[in-house]
Amino acid sequence: MIGDYTFGEFTSILAMQGFAGLSLFSVFVLMALGLAIIFGQMGVINMAHGEFMILGAYVTYLCSHLVTTYVPVLFPVYFFAAMVLAFCASFSLGVLVEWALIRHLYRRPLDTLLATWGLSLILQQVYRSVFGAREVGVTLPDWMMGSVALTDMIEIPINGLFVMGLTILIAFGVYLMMARSTFGKQVRAVLQNRVMAGAVGINTKRVDRLTFGLGCGIAGIAGAAFTMIGSTGPTAGQLYIVDTFLVVVFGGAGSLIGTIASAFTISQAQSTMEFFMSGSMAKVLTLLTVVGILMLRPQGLFTLNIRR
Amino acid sequence: MKEDPSKNLMSVTRRSLLAGIAAIPLLSITGMPLLAADYPTATVNTTGLAVTDDTVKVGILHSVTGTMAISETGSVQAEKLAIEQINAMGGVLGRKIEFIQEDGASDWPTFAEKAKKLLVQDKAAAVFGCWTSASRKAVLPVFEQYNGMLYYPTFYEGLEESPNVIYTGQEATQQILAGIDWVVKEKGAKSFYLLGSDYIWPRTSNKIARKHIEKLGLEVVGEEYYPLGHTQFNSVINKIKLKKPDVIYAIVVGGSNVAFYKQLKAAGIDLAKEKPLLLTISVTEDEILGIGGENMAGAYAMMKYFQSLDNDNNKAFVEAFKKMWGDDIVIGDVTQAAYLGPWLWKAAVEKAGSFDIDKIKAASPGIELTTAPEGYVKIHENHHLWSKARVGHAQLDGQYKVVYETSELMEPDPFPEGYQ
Amino acid sequence: MTSDTQLFKPREWVALAILAAIILIVIPIGVDTFRLNLVGKYLTYAFVAIGLVLCWGLGGILSLGQGIFFGLGGYCMAMFLKLEASTPEATKIQSTPGIPDFMDWNQITELPFWWQPFHSLSFTLVAIVAVPAIFAYIIGAAMFKRRVGGVYFAIITQAVAAILTILIIGQQGYTGGVNGITDLRTLLGWDIRTDDAKTVLYFVNAVLLIACLVAAQFVRVSKFGRLLVAMRDREDRVRFSGYDVANFKIFIFCLAAAFSAIGGAMFTLQVGFMSPSFVGIVPSIEMVIFCAVGGRMSLFGAVYGALLVNFAKTTFSESFPELWLFAMGGLFIAVVMAFPNGLAGVFRDHVEPALLKLAQRLPLWRAGGVPLSSSAK
Repeated sequence: MIGDYTFGEFTSILAMQGFAGLSLFSVFVLMALGLAIIFGQMGVINMAHGEFMILGAYVTYLCSHLVTTYVPVLFPVYFFAAMVLAFCASFSLGVLVEWALIRHLYRRPLDTLLATWGLSLILQQVYRSVFGAREVGVTLPDWMMGSVALTDMIEIPINGLFVMGLTILIAFGVYLMMARSTFGKQVRAVLQNRVMAGAVGINTKRVDRLTFGLGCGIAGIAGAAFTMIGSTGPTAGQLYIVDTFLVVVFGGAGSLIGTIASAFTISQAQSTMEFFMSGSMAKVLTLLTVVGILMLRPQGLFTLNIRR
Repeated sequence: MKEDPSKNLMSVTRRSLLAGIAAIPLLSITGMPLLAADYPTATVNTTGLAVTDDTVKVGILHSVTGTMAISETGSVQAEKLAIEQINAMGGVLGRKIEFIQEDGASDWPTFAEKAKKLLVQDKAAAVFGCWTSASRKAVLPVFEQYNGMLYYPTFYEGLEESPNVIYTGQEATQQILAGIDWVVKEKGAKSFYLLGSDYIWPRTSNKIARKHIEKLGLEVVGEEYYPLGHTQFNSVINKIKLKKPDVIYAIVVGGSNVAFYKQLKAAGIDLAKEKPLLLTISVTEDEILGIGGENMAGAYAMMKYFQSLDNDNNKAFVEAFKKMWGDDIVIGDVTQAAYLGPWLWKAAVEKAGSFDIDKIKAASPGIELTTAPEGYVKIHENHHLWSKARVGHAQLDGQYKVVYETSELMEPDPFPEGYQ
Repeated sequence: MTSDTQLFKPREWVALAILAAIILIVIPIGVDTFRLNLVGKYLTYAFVAIGLVLCWGLGGILSLGQGIFFGLGGYCMAMFLKLEASTPEATKIQSTPGIPDFMDWNQITELPFWWQPFHSLSFTLVAIVAVPAIFAYIIGAAMFKRRVGGVYFAIITQAVAAILTILIIGQQGYTGGVNGITDLRTLLGWDIRTDDAKTVLYFVNAVLLIACLVAAQFVRVSKFGRLLVAMRDREDRVRFSGYDVANFKIFIFCLAAAFSAIGGAMFTLQVGFMSPSFVGIVPSIEMVIFCAVGGRMSLFGAVYGALLVNFAKTTFSESFPELWLFAMGGLFIAVVMAFPNGLAGVFRDHVEPALLKLAQRLPLWRAGGVPLSSSAK
């Protein structure tokens, strides 16, 4: 297979495939970060994670629609505002859901799974009733659409770069917040020992609520970013949910570094395999490998003591 | 069984059809609606269908929930419009059509269950519905067992011919062959990259395309399938860049479509430059709504109908459709084919002078519709439609411009010899 | 101890009798053949729900992949029926007569070797139970021996369901792809599509269900069943007492898989086809909700749960297709938030005490001394 190409082409393949893998990696990280926070830090399984992402996507759609209609001048930069709004919308919905549902179920992780699945069905139908069953198209500013041609062969998509940049920014932000800020310390304290955390004066309920909201908010940003590369429809969220969970579980719950490492491994494996075989088989093999490794090493790549 | 499609066989039906779609405002002049009194229920309905002296019940069976709702919404709207228009001009044999809508929920067994309900319990005189091949395969045994009539709107892979189904979309050869000939002749294409979602329709269509391409002495440089719902196409785009085909022949469906075209554009493949040229059979105007006209502009699609089609029938159809469902709506190939269903059924009932399924089956071949938005269509012996194949060129506004149409009607050939 | 080891307590006998009366007498008399066939379809899900009561309710193992086993059982049955339907005469228009139509469409010219044994009904009947059970054993052994449980197990079973779906769809030449295996006609020459056949199949299905229910009850009241509950609540203590926890879990998971597979096979027989849409994640989770609505601890509840949810689904989606998802989603949330023990819990906490009170007011019952509840003994 490699013999068919010249050396120049071969290096281009490597470069482009490397980039394809990296952009898949950033997509995975964006999807999984919010879930890693919620699942890893709180032990809650949020099956509606995909729907929170789609909420972000719909907010972006609304923004693009409103901006083109009312203030077309601002169109080139609307995307940034859209991402902030997407975060706010998903964050608020997340806080609401935590208050209404999740806080009653902290001792029953399997039940959160069922309840949030129910929530995801309801949200899907809400999207369908509000925005219609058809997919909506989000128009992007021109500057985000093109690609940078490095050589004849190698072209780097700008939106791919954008997603990567965003991923780095958010991952770094989450890291700073978890490792450095007071809030992050509180989250970790509650994770390690809820009773003691409460005893030293941390408002554990507030921490729970904000953590859940934060996870959902990041999902919202991810959804906004995915309007650049994927579809926005009522059921689009379900496309992501299994992959996302596998990334988090494979990385080891509770470890953000683990999530990132596992997103890297899975994305590189998948994009490499996709190059050498048909997409369907590549997907099956990737999932099989992940499941296989999880059977050998159930705690995931990285481990941390989690709250029981 | 070959027929000459231009021969005017059915003048009786033609009369009633002339009063059809385009001519609705002229109803009072041309239309002499058939009166129910001339057709007593006991004689037009000998098998216990849901036909009374002034109504007839039909079923609409599509997904309004689940992943397929995205695609099937347009078909439901078209069928409702057709039924409303038929009722406005006096119904079928003087009977108003009442429809019972069921939700297939994007789930094949549900389709089978609902189809059975429509036939057994509701005694629907005809059912307009199904979209995916899988849903049709699921309901087919039900329609054959309980002897119902299904009008199936989607372009599909062929390899099927049931007396209980009228296929109002194109089968694979009708959709594919003329388009490939066109791209070879007009665009000088020599090499093709075939790409599709992983299920029977793309695989069968690609098989036919590959055989045809190879018969023309040209080359297929790659063939790839991705799971339904796949959203990352960077690797295959890289492969396309390496193989440098003249034509990307894409049959990606559903949510994957949006991801594919957005990523194609982002990777620097500008479809407007036609290097490579992109030819698709799966993207109608409906799908472009989600993909975005700017991402699709420059691509070519092979279908039988585009919303921009320039004829009087279509103008009236588009106007009526927008009036009923809003100005923002777009109409794709399948939507138009779904719209034909009730009209073809009406024509068959009137030709047979009866609602009985067996009589409709017998009467259907040869039925022609001069008022179809796509132009003239006629039902073949094999229950598919004679229709023209067209190539559309995607524009920035999300519409297709028709750049080519076959001069003759294409004969439907669901079991194409030499292509299997 | 003696009263604890008996298979059914008196009031459970009553419950069994009522259930049997409902599915064997009341429903067949009360509804037409079309609805009866629908109920038969719902009852196939009850097999899965019973399996889930065992492994989730008793064992605390939540599997989000029961659709895998339902599907495997169904596919085994469908393969047999498809081979029977694909006689050389019936398929003479194909380029290779005598093989299933979808293989012909995919240019396969010879029946794959692993399809061959499905010419035999006896092999098929064994395979329906054995294939899913072996598959469950592989998954279970790999996971439980390494003490993977709870949420992790749920997610991994979900991933396995996703893998299997993609694989079945991708290998359409051998599996029928996304369409599934359709157009099944006869079982050993007996046309399964007629109304009479459907009625017979309904009763076969109902009797099998009751047999499974009794078998499940047998497991439940045995020492093994009580160990399961102990494991669910305090796994470490059971392990420290010298029991091999993993083997128990594997066994119960395999048993649940076998029940699901029987349901799947009966589904294929009654509905006339099998498709990958049962193997995926969504149906698997829906099956969990059948069990949860009925009450995850109650075998009887599981049957009623499966019946009720599916009945609601059919009714709702006939009248208000758009509202169906709201209702379904609401049901998930309500069951988890308000009725964690499902129908069975509601019955035990509210209906049964009321009935007992009523009964005690009637002199007839008091005099007869019918032991209606354990408290009456």
